[in-house]
Order: sequence, then structure tokens, then C-alpha cells
Amino acid sequence: MTDRAIGAAAPERPPLRIRLALRDLDGVTLLAVPAVLFVLALFVYPFLYGLILSFEPKAGGWLANYRKFFSEPFLYDTVWTTFRLAVPATLINVFLSIPVAMRVRRLQRRRVLTTILVVPITLGTVLIAEGLLTYLGPQGWFNRTLALFGIGQVRLVHNYMGVMLSLIMSGFPFTFLLTLSYVTGIDPSLEQAASTLGAPPRARFWHIIMPLLAQGLAINLCLSFVQTFSVFPSAVLLGAPAGETRVISIAAYQAAYEQYDYSMASAVAMIMGFAQLFVILLILAGRNLLYRGAVGGGKG
Amino acid sequence: MVQDKSIGERLWAIAIWALVIFFIVNVIATIAAVAVDSFGTRWFNSWLPVAFTTHWYKSAWDEFQLRDVLIVTFEVVGAVVLLSGLLGVPAAYALARRNFPGKPLIIVLFLLPMMIPPITFGIPLATVLYQAHLGGNMSGVILANLVPTVPFVVLVMIPFIEQIDPRIEAAARVFGAGTGRLFMHVLVPLLTPGILAALLLVLVRTIAMFELTFFTAGPDSQTLVVTLYYAVGSAGVRSNQSIDAMAVIYMITTLVWLLLALKFVDPTQIVTRVKREAAH
Repeated sequence: MTDRAIGAAAPERPPLRIRLALRDLDGVTLLAVPAVLFVLALFVYPFLYGLILSFEPKAGGWLANYRKFFSEPFLYDTVWTTFRLAVPATLINVFLSIPVAMRVRRLQRRRVLTTILVVPITLGTVLIAEGLLTYLGPQGWFNRTLALFGIGQVRLVHNYMGVMLSLIMSGFPFTFLLTLSYVTGIDPSLEQAASTLGAPPRARFWHIIMPLLAQGLAINLCLSFVQTFSVFPSAVLLGAPAGETRVISIAAYQAAYEQYDYSMASAVAMIMGFAQLFVILLILAGRNLLYRGAVGGGKG
Repeated sequence: MVQDKSIGERLWAIAIWALVIFFIVNVIATIAAVAVDSFGTRWFNSWLPVAFTTHWYKSAWDEFQLRDVLIVTFEVVGAVVLLSGLLGVPAAYALARRNFPGKPLIIVLFLLPMMIPPITFGIPLATVLYQAHLGGNMSGVILANLVPTVPFVVLVMIPFIEQIDPRIEAAARVFGAGTGRLFMHVLVPLLTPGILAALLLVLVRTIAMFELTFFTAGPDSQTLVVTLYYAVGSAGVRSNQSIDAMAVIYMITTLVWLLLALKFVDPTQIVTRVKREAAH
């Protein structure tokens, strides 16, 4: 209150520094600034830039890129092709992971199994694609084993099946480890209580586990869908990139790096992003329809 | 806890385990096929190659200029690890210790680059980097790879920092330590296991990060995984065995670091980090 001017402007307010500190904004908070600026500059800004760029086509009106995408079968078919791969792969991965995780959670030495499963995630899709090309190829071990059982050669590479199998091989470990962490987070005493009250395993699963798992399952479905929807290296290497596995990421890549039309490439990337967002919203809405209520018992 | 009783349940359990074993056998066979092929002389129409040799490793080394590629890979990975630590750890500290308005928004901001697949944001990002004359060289590759790793370090480190007793820091402050000295002498020593785990995972992820490197790399800034992609894509031109020899070198460089990382983290943590934060 010594300075008349400041005192007059804010007679009872403490200095700005103190007011900010009371709201937890001080020197320590500033430590977050570089990382936040980095993400804003290299993630948020490029996204907005891409969105605007997609409305500034090389020729035609502001919607020309989108109009072109949805009028040429060569382009709009990629959306359908991608869904045809991503939806079955996601459903297989997530719904197979539930019964497996229910078994594995009772295992004492889980770590061996989880370590084996983390290997394909770490190696990545390019290496899995190269391995599957040899393993599933016409002279590979898989077809040789089938021949032992008297089954003729099955074509599993350079087509839809090759990409699907690679999506399962690199995707299942991910969904499984995620589901496992949700399942082990459920308090076992809840199930024991149901068991004491005479509920058989099937009823315990549907009435205790599933409702508690709904939240995690929805997140798991979202994450694995988004990952399978953006399949790229295996669709090129293991699939038929000009034909039945010409997914949307290939269309985006070709626009950017073969036609050098960055505006069109941004438009395709935006369409890809909105398709992913659409499915995520659909999954979250579906979860609310199926299960409404408190989600407790998870450690998350 | 719960014993299986009926025959139906027992069959169901057997079916599940059969599935798990089938899956693991296929994963192992896929990886083994690469390794066996890289040591084989000729492999056609038989279970195993006719004879074994190591000369594909020498030819792959020369053919793909693996010495240069490995140097580039480790330069990129080293820079990404260092920078994501320098940017991520202080930010995680601020987010763990302060509860300022808008913090949930910042958390979402850090979650998005980890949850949105690199293919989706990679093309706009590469466009911006090329416009800034950062595309097609090492700095562009490093910047692009930092986009998912900085948020990753932040989100991994927040729980590590939260479990440190704030009174230790208060004591250091009482004795006159500023934020800089607090970091160097109190926090970094206490956080070493957490930082090491986070940075090792960043290292493994960056070696295997295909999409972002692929979109931003020029001819002199390709990492090993991108070189592998181009080699597999041109399978008719290159001999398959030398491609597989490179694939084995790639596997070794990745798995060595993974094994090291697994000393500090549980395998499930590699994927569940996203979920823990998403649940909040």
C-alpha cells in the first residue's frame, strides 16, 4: 500500500505474482512451457495447417479436393478397403483378447508370456511383414505344414489375407496386454462374493467382469481401431497395394510423394482422421448404450 | 481361486491355451524364418536351406551401406532420447507438482500425439517441415520423431514424480536450493530409475518408428527401419537373404535395448501407459 497508483487501482488485491502463485502458476509451472510449445508447434499447428491447406486445392473451388476424393472410385474406394481390413482385425484382436486375458490372469508366471508378446510390438510392422513374406509364402513353413496334413497350398501373401494376418500378429499382443491390465485391475473379491452367492462362472463373467470391463474395452477398441485403420507398411509389402489392399494411407502417400499435391494429401489425411474420429464416437456412444453406471473396482 | 469343474469349461480352457500356443508358435516361426533365411545359401522347396553361410551379412553390410545407416540411426535416436528427456522431464515435474487451471487441457494435449496414429498426422507434419526447409534431413527426422516421444516421457514421468515425497524438495528449498540445483542434486538422482525406463522405451520406439521417419527422411537421413522397408519393397532387385540379414541386424539392435528396458519396466506397462492417463 505504499505506492499510491497501484493502491488506487487495486486497493485490496495482492500483487499479480502472489495471485498467480495461489492458482499454482509460478516458476515451477513454467517448466511445462517448452514441452507445451513444442507440441503446439509440431502437432497442433501442422494439423490446423493441413486442415486449411486441404481447402486450398491446386485447382478449383475450396472444396475441390474433397469433391475429387468422393467422386473418383479410385480414391473413395480406399475408405471401404480400409474399413474392410480394420473392422474385422479390431474385432478379432479385442474379442479374442478377453477370454485369453481371463485365463492368463490366474497364471503365476505371467511375465514370460507378456515378454514374448511384447517382442512383435517392439519389432514393428515392417519386420513382421518381411517375416510373414517368407513364413507364409508358397514355399514357407506354414504352407509346408499344411501340406503335411494333406491341405493344398493356400495363398496368404500379396493379398487381403496377408495384411489381415499381419494386423493380427502385430495388433493382438497390444490389445491383449491392454485387456490384461484392465482384467487384473478388477478386484477379485467382487467375483468371490458372486461365487459365494452361487453365481456360476458364466454369470460371473457377464454380470461382474463385463460391466467393469466396459470402459477399458471401449478404450481398447478405439486404440486398436485407430491403429489398424492407419495400416501402411504391411498393406504395401504384404498386400496388393494397387488392388484389394489399397488402403487410404496409400492414397495419402501417393498424393504427397508421387503427385507432390500436398493440398490433396492433406485432404486425404483429414478424411482419414475424421473417419477415425467418427468410429471412436460411435464406440463411445455404443458403450453408453450398453452400460451406464459407476465404473468402480478398476485400479485405473 | 476358482477351479474349473465341468467338461465344457475344461474344453474351453484347452481351446484358449491352444490358441495362445498357436499364436506364439507363429510369431516365433515368423521371426525364425527371417533368421534362418539370412544364414542360408539357397532355400527353395525344402524345410531348411541347403547349406549355411554368413556371407549374406557382409554383402548386406556393403549393399545397403549399413555402416552409414547405423550411424544415422544412432544419431537420430540419441538426439531424440536426449531432447525428449530435456523437454519431457521438467514438464512432467510441473504437471505432477502443480494444479493450475487448464491442466486437464494440457494433459489432453500430450495424450493426442500418442493416441493419433503417426500416419494421420505425419503428412501434414512433413508438409510443414518441408516448408520450413527442415524436411529431408536429419533435423527434420529428429523433430518429427520427437512429436510422440515428448508426450510419452511426460506421461510416463508424472506418476514417478508424484510418488516422491514433496517434503524432500521442501527441505532442499529451506536450505536455499533454487529450482536448478533442486533438479540436479535432489530430483534427478531420485528419478534416475524412472528417467532411465522412460528413455529406454523412447529409444526402442524410435528405432522402430517407421512412418514419421519415412515421411521426413531424405537419402542421407534414413534410419535402419526405413532402409529395411525400401529393401523389402524392392525384393525382386535385391537377394532375399541379404534383406533378411539386414532384418536380423535390425532385430538385434531393437531387442538388445528392449531387454535392457524390461529390467526397469513390466512388459504390460509398455502399452498400458496410455490407458492409465486416459482413464483420468
